[in-house]
Amino acid sequence: MDRFLFLTFDGLSTGAVYAAFALALVLIWRAARLVNFAQGAMAVATAYVGYAVVSATGSYWLGFGAAVLAGLALGALVERVLMRFVGHANPLNDVIVALGLVLLIQAVLGIVFGNEYRPAAAPFDTDALSVGGISAMSPYDLWVLGAVLAVVVLLGLLFTRTPIGLRMRASAFAPEVSRLLGVNVGRMLTVGWALAAAVGALAGMLVIPTGLGLHPHAMDLVFVIAFTAAVVGGLDSPAARWSAACWSA
Amino acid sequence: MTATQPPDVSTVAPRPATPSPLRRLWPGPPGTAGARGSTLLRHLILAVLAGTAVVLVTNQLAPYQNLQVARVCAFLCVTAGYTVLVGLNGQLSLGHGALMATGAYTVALVQQGFEEGAVQGRWILPLSLLLAVGVTAAAGLVIGLAAARLRGPYLAGVTLAVATLVPAITTIFTDVFNGEQGLRFPMETPPAFLGAYFQPERWLAWVALLAALLTMLLMANLVRSRFGRSLRAVRDDEVAARLAGIHVARNQVLAFVVSAACAGLGGGVYAVLTATVAPGKFALDLSLFLLMAIVIGGLGSLAGAIWGAVLLVALQDLPSLITETFTLPSGLAQRLEGNLALAVFGLILIVAMLVAPGGLQGAARTLTARLRPDRRAARR
Repeated sequence: MDRFLFLTFDGLSTGAVYAAFALALVLIWRAARLVNFAQGAMAVATAYVGYAVVSATGSYWLGFGAAVLAGLALGALVERVLMRFVGHANPLNDVIVALGLVLLIQAVLGIVFGNEYRPAAAPFDTDALSVGGISAMSPYDLWVLGAVLAVVVLLGLLFTRTPIGLRMRASAFAPEVSRLLGVNVGRMLTVGWALAAAVGALAGMLVIPTGLGLHPHAMDLVFVIAFTAAVVGGLDSPAARWSAACWSA
Repeated sequence: MTATQPPDVSTVAPRPATPSPLRRLWPGPPGTAGARGSTLLRHLILAVLAGTAVVLVTNQLAPYQNLQVARVCAFLCVTAGYTVLVGLNGQLSLGHGALMATGAYTVALVQQGFEEGAVQGRWILPLSLLLAVGVTAAAGLVIGLAAARLRGPYLAGVTLAVATLVPAITTIFTDVFNGEQGLRFPMETPPAFLGAYFQPERWLAWVALLAALLTMLLMANLVRSRFGRSLRAVRDDEVAARLAGIHVARNQVLAFVVSAACAGLGGGVYAVLTATVAPGKFALDLSLFLLMAIVIGGLGSLAGAIWGAVLLVALQDLPSLITETFTLPSGLAQRLEGNLALAVFGLILIVAMLVAPGGLQGAARTLTARLRPDRRAARR
């Protein structure tokens, strides 16, 4: 029973990270109808930026912010420079370009930072606290869960309560009509990519301290699991995805 | 009326079949064969000519260059089958690196088994390669059955999982696959009748060449056959293909099995070249390299598959060439060693997809089409 509870709580926080990462995939899927196979590599790249800032300033929170900002920038950049120009005659083209991006990003990271694992410190204790004799969650798990919940709530508010969220949903749902009504659909797409990459960066910053450390391939397996979670939960439904992510953890 | 018609018009009324004995062995597609002779015969002649040319070239090459030729041939087995699956059938698999690993490990296990039983003979190599093809085709059947229900990015995701799982399996069942160390088996030696001082690498190049020629011959005929046309029909419009009486799911599974068999053969040959297999060689990157190879050559084009295989081997030697030519600080040289090829591959993949989605073959085709204004008007 103790073990069951421990695994349940542990799974909740691991699942939360996968859910966040799956959320990043879903954001792009809903905005542009493509699965971003480069999501993992992009998240690792931003995590490298984040930990470079951490080691330069000594503050985890500055690094965390830098990673998320880098995610925003990278997402917008990838959309403006690459994905916008991919021909849509064949649905495989997007996937192939994204895979090329995976190779490119991982190779550049390997050339700049080297292919060895770099230690990535967690901001909180990762040992589980025991409540009433049962070891439950570590402070770090609580931070992960809280951060992901906050992101989900914030994104939900953004999409349902703000004008830009409405425009983004409109341009994903009916691009032609939105364009006629004066929505800059291309810019909404860029914003969608930027948001998705920022969420991916956040998931990367959260998951990397629990693994072996920073490595160009650190997110490969996370991507596969999150993709599975996104597919099992359905690429269009946020609630089902959360449960699927917890299940696959 | 029929006497004035040019013979190369495909709509010409069927004339009495050309009396070629091979036409009976292999019926081929009706229509194309009448005007241009037997497809099989044409491809056989091409294969024999190409084979002779490569054999003559290998006689002049140094051991390392021969090994490169052999690697090109091994990759060609894979890319030929892969381009048929992705380009002609429209199923994007990222699991072909893993399928290569399946073939390679089958060869290694079979050869190890014979070595432990102290069995020797020239038939072991073909037998182990045949088993590799069989086992990989079976694996392809399993993946293909799942794949036939999936489309586009979903299929890519499932096969991506396969690509990451297969190397992991070899490290889980350590007593069979010997973990990260991998397996070793006896090196293939040239047969005695070639002389005692025959270059072993040349023999390996010949073995790989034979496998590649066989694969190309079969694929070239398959592409021109009824099955090849139904592959394209399914890719272009599934509903229309179903209306035309094609069993879409069976067609897709069969395409996957054929493609997997080619990957198994290529993987087996690849293992024979080094007489070792290790999971590190078959990481996810390999699948992406293969994808780059067929994209740059032109999806669905067998000639493009040749370009891709050559490029794959040439680019893998690029980093060592650069580190030898320029004097770099040792740290940077070490980092470039494994990564530069990856970066170049990724860049090529992106640029090829943006600039020339049809690959080298497609670019050539567009160029010729642009020179004819009437064609361009028709395309618009």
